[in-house]
Amino acid sequence: MASDTLTSSARTDAEITGLDALEIAGRDKEVSRGARIWAATWPKLAALAIAIAAWQLVVLSGWKPPYSLPGPLEVGRELMTQAQGPQLWDGLLTTLRRAAVGYVFSVAVGLLLGLAVARSTVLRAAIGSMITALQTMPSIAWFPLAILLFELSEKAIFFVVVLGAAPSIANGVISGVDYVPPLLIRAGRNLGARGLNLYRYVIAPAALPAIVAGLKQGWAFSWRSLMAGELLVVGISQTSLGAQLTYSRELSDSPWLLSTMIVILVVGLVVDAAFGAADKAIRRRWGVLDQAGQ
Amino acid sequence: MTSTTTTPRSATTAVALSGVTKVYGRGANAVLALDGVSLDVAPGEFVCLVGASGCGKSTLLNLVAGLDRVSGGQITLAGDANPGLMFQEPALLPWLTVDGNVEVPLKLRRLPRAQRRERVAELLRTVHLADFGRKRPHELSGGMRQRVALARTLALDTPVLLMDEPFGALDAMTRDILHDELERIWSERKLSVLFVTHNVREAARLADRIILLSSRPGRIIYSTEVTIPRPRRIDSPEVAAIAAEVTERLRTEVGRHGQ
Repeated sequence: MASDTLTSSARTDAEITGLDALEIAGRDKEVSRGARIWAATWPKLAALAIAIAAWQLVVLSGWKPPYSLPGPLEVGRELMTQAQGPQLWDGLLTTLRRAAVGYVFSVAVGLLLGLAVARSTVLRAAIGSMITALQTMPSIAWFPLAILLFELSEKAIFFVVVLGAAPSIANGVISGVDYVPPLLIRAGRNLGARGLNLYRYVIAPAALPAIVAGLKQGWAFSWRSLMAGELLVVGISQTSLGAQLTYSRELSDSPWLLSTMIVILVVGLVVDAAFGAADKAIRRRWGVLDQAGQ
Repeated sequence: MTSTTTTPRSATTAVALSGVTKVYGRGANAVLALDGVSLDVAPGEFVCLVGASGCGKSTLLNLVAGLDRVSGGQITLAGDANPGLMFQEPALLPWLTVDGNVEVPLKLRRLPRAQRRERVAELLRTVHLADFGRKRPHELSGGMRQRVALARTLALDTPVLLMDEPFGALDAMTRDILHDELERIWSERKLSVLFVTHNVREAARLADRIILLSSRPGRIIYSTEVTIPRPRRIDSPEVAAIAAEVTERLRTEVGRHGQ
């Protein structure tokens, strides 16, 4: 048996270090933080400016009378006024609370359902395709049934929000678990991860990108369902963003209507940016950021 | 039908396979992957399994690693060894750093944090990657990743190493260096290695014993001791001579399937 390999070890050490240095040279390219933020921000600002300019042009063209389509300046002033009163904030708070409750519940249902279907072949055969079918059902089509079941109440909205969001989240979990590379599972098992530990150390983190994609899609569905619900289920005493849209239309107060729409849009953008940041952080850790061209 | 039992057949055997048979599928579709393979690996012995495609080399390693069950025969490991398995791909967890990857088996064995940190540092020094603990796998070259995988496998503290063409995807220069590394670690840690390859020269460079498997079904058809003194060089005439001999046998075996 070899005991005298040490004679060559000095040469080998130098060779290994040299080869490593050559092979990973030039892989680190650092861009300054400020430059990165600017590169991501200016196209968005430019797009916003173009959109506002187009809006102003349409208003100037006189296509619609100013009482049904006001210009950006007037809507901006209305938004400022709204921001100073309690009505907007009360409505925003109600809407966000409903969104949070509905979404958190959807996440719980979606994760459990997805995990159960991913693990069990019987469950998969039974309800796997049903989950996808549910996902394709426009959420607004659930409302008549929801109103029959729960009347014009917050429960009806909650029901539709969960039905809209949970299938997307479950599908994210299922595809995430399905696409964990078998090699990683074999390696994990060989390293001593069995049962729950295999999920903790290998399957859950490997499925995370798909799960985050499912969560993001689930949010989009729940936000849409919530808005549809708030427009339809206006009988409730509380004010909400959806209710304010309905009222402003009934009062023909188009600056109020448009400023409410802008608030809804901004909420959607902020949440989407949060998901985008999470997704980017994951891709950076995995080293797939460059391939996506970003 | 047990894949592993804990009683060693003899004190001088690290891994013992007796009449191991593996059948995939059932009835008319059944495929016999391994047919009565008997093989003993002595403690500290380096055995290379060589064969053409379809000889069930990888199946054999999966069986010894306990990732699959034998259809017949018995596999015995000395002590309660849980053999470490390495693949052609490093199979590192991409969301963990190099440190984190090497730490996984230590965490699973519930070692305290301070001890884990010490062991990770020691293992990374062993594979010459002491300065790369904070990097992520995608920041390393193929050869470096494979060395991280080796350190992670060594973290199992197992006396038996199973290697499934671990250097097959590397360039010749890197592979050459890794041969030196593996030989050094094997001799320092007195490991028993079962190394699968289709590269006959690699086998002659590394092995104490080369075993040739036939294809469909896998059977042992030839076995030769390699007594060239170490350290060896892959381009030495002695290694080339052994490789030529094994290649000749391999060609005969492959030709048999063309008739």
